[in-house]
Amino acid sequence: MFEPRWKTTLKALLYLSPALIVIAVFVIYPMFRSVWISFFKDYNIFKHTGSGFGLDNYKWVLNDGRFILALKNTTIYTIVVVPVSVVIALFTAVLLNSKMKGMKLFETLYFLPYITNLIAIGLAFKFIFNSTYGILNRILGLFGIDTIMWLNDPKYSLPALIIFGIWSGLAFKIVVFLAGIQGINKQYYQAAKIDNTSRWRTFTKITMPMLSPMIFYIGIISFIGALKTYVEVVGLYGNNPGPADTAMTIVYYVYDLFYGANEPPRAAAASVILFLIILVFTFIQLRASKKRVQY
Amino acid sequence: MKNVYKIITYILLAAGAVIMLFPFFWMITGSLKTYNQITATPIVWWPVPAQWNNYTTALEYAPFDIYFINTVIVSVGTTVSVLITSIFAAFAFSRLKFRGRDTIFSILLSTLMIPSQILIITNYVTVAVRMQLMDTLLALIIPFTASIFYIYLLREFFNQIPEQLYLAAKVDGTSDWRYLWKIMVPNAKNALITIGLFNFIASWNAYIWPLLLTNSESKRVLSIGLKYFSGEAGTDYELLMAAGTIVIAPLLVIYLFFRRYIVEGVARSGIKG
Repeated sequence: MFEPRWKTTLKALLYLSPALIVIAVFVIYPMFRSVWISFFKDYNIFKHTGSGFGLDNYKWVLNDGRFILALKNTTIYTIVVVPVSVVIALFTAVLLNSKMKGMKLFETLYFLPYITNLIAIGLAFKFIFNSTYGILNRILGLFGIDTIMWLNDPKYSLPALIIFGIWSGLAFKIVVFLAGIQGINKQYYQAAKIDNTSRWRTFTKITMPMLSPMIFYIGIISFIGALKTYVEVVGLYGNNPGPADTAMTIVYYVYDLFYGANEPPRAAAASVILFLIILVFTFIQLRASKKRVQY
Repeated sequence: MKNVYKIITYILLAAGAVIMLFPFFWMITGSLKTYNQITATPIVWWPVPAQWNNYTTALEYAPFDIYFINTVIVSVGTTVSVLITSIFAAFAFSRLKFRGRDTIFSILLSTLMIPSQILIITNYVTVAVRMQLMDTLLALIIPFTASIFYIYLLREFFNQIPEQLYLAAKVDGTSDWRYLWKIMVPNAKNALITIGLFNFIASWNAYIWPLLLTNSESKRVLSIGLKYFSGEAGTDYELLMAAGTIVIAPLLVIYLFFRRYIVEGVARSGIKG
């Protein structure tokens, strides 16, 4: 009675068609089309004509100093932001899991940045980082640290972006980790309590192992998210990717090629390279997580 | 010893909360200061008297009221569309048995890996050139009227509704259409609210697509208007903070009223993965 039949298949297609049409036009088709465009040396997006089929765009991008810089910046950003924010979020989630009064209020406060518009809150950060009037330099000044040109000194532009990136990603991770910790079977903790296990031991022997699949999963999506950092740069720097491009990320580079330099084929090639990088890391991390994670 | 732990925990959490919330506090209070107060030494922590006219001044510089209405139209438009397309698609993937169901679903899921930058290049051509929708609000809605991720999320929720209910309804001769609207949708109400909120917030904060697809001031959304404004206002920090607050305030209100749905949704999607 409930076997798949052509009639039910037809009915299912009716239910699926609104979503499938949109997905076909705006996800499936552009996926192939953009890869196709990336192989043309010259491609007219208005006439859909191209010439010079080959790997020229890829060679050009890989030899472009700005791309190498973007790659370097994005790598540093990712390598710093992901572990730091995961550790801080984990620590915060453990604290929020304490059985004490007021934790609900703290949760509400900590989760707030999750919904933020990064362009808007970027303005606040811009002002906090302001070398003359910014509160960060004033606080650092109290400790005898000289004025730092956070947003104008090439040495500090990437650190400023990293600070902004850590802040903006924390709320999501705290929410997920807290939910994960609260999902761990209470009996483990009760047993630890009876045995008078120390807090640190409880954390390393119960919380960490039980949470490891989630930590790896969040690690993967944060890693990939960090590789795609873009709006943070706009929020902090506006019309340029920091002094001397020092805060330029791969995605910024892609968009800059696309609408700044008006080079859709090269932008397409750069975005395909980004996709391949993401793909490699996804597989590496998935493999690593299979080996080490305790399920 | 126990009390020491308690006190340390409170101190750490309070310090962390201050850091997390400070940018909001600084932006909102900054929006109510005079230029002299916002740049004063020593620091002026609280705006007295509150300079509400910063908001009217910002509005004179740039039509944030129009940006606001545009953003509401686009956000509501995409959210309603996404909910409708997701309800239909998730129902088909969750309850209807048809040829190629699992294959289609896994192909769709695998496309989630693709960075949106690849898609945007071609989508720009599709919407601006082929559909001739350059500089319209429709251009900001159409590509986002369906979402694989939300179909996936909703399907998870639909799958939790006991299959027996569906079989029983079938035996009773209830049509799929009726069953979807009378049983599935009411049962997944919370999930639908969560998905709606997620989509609304994402649409509210969208940046690159509206930047590419709109030129004229009258078609700008808040993120774009704010970006241009920050270029023009220069060092009028109090006006910048006022403009930023206009963009963020609706999100804060949504968070206050729907916190539970947002937090549960994030926790759930994070665990499920």
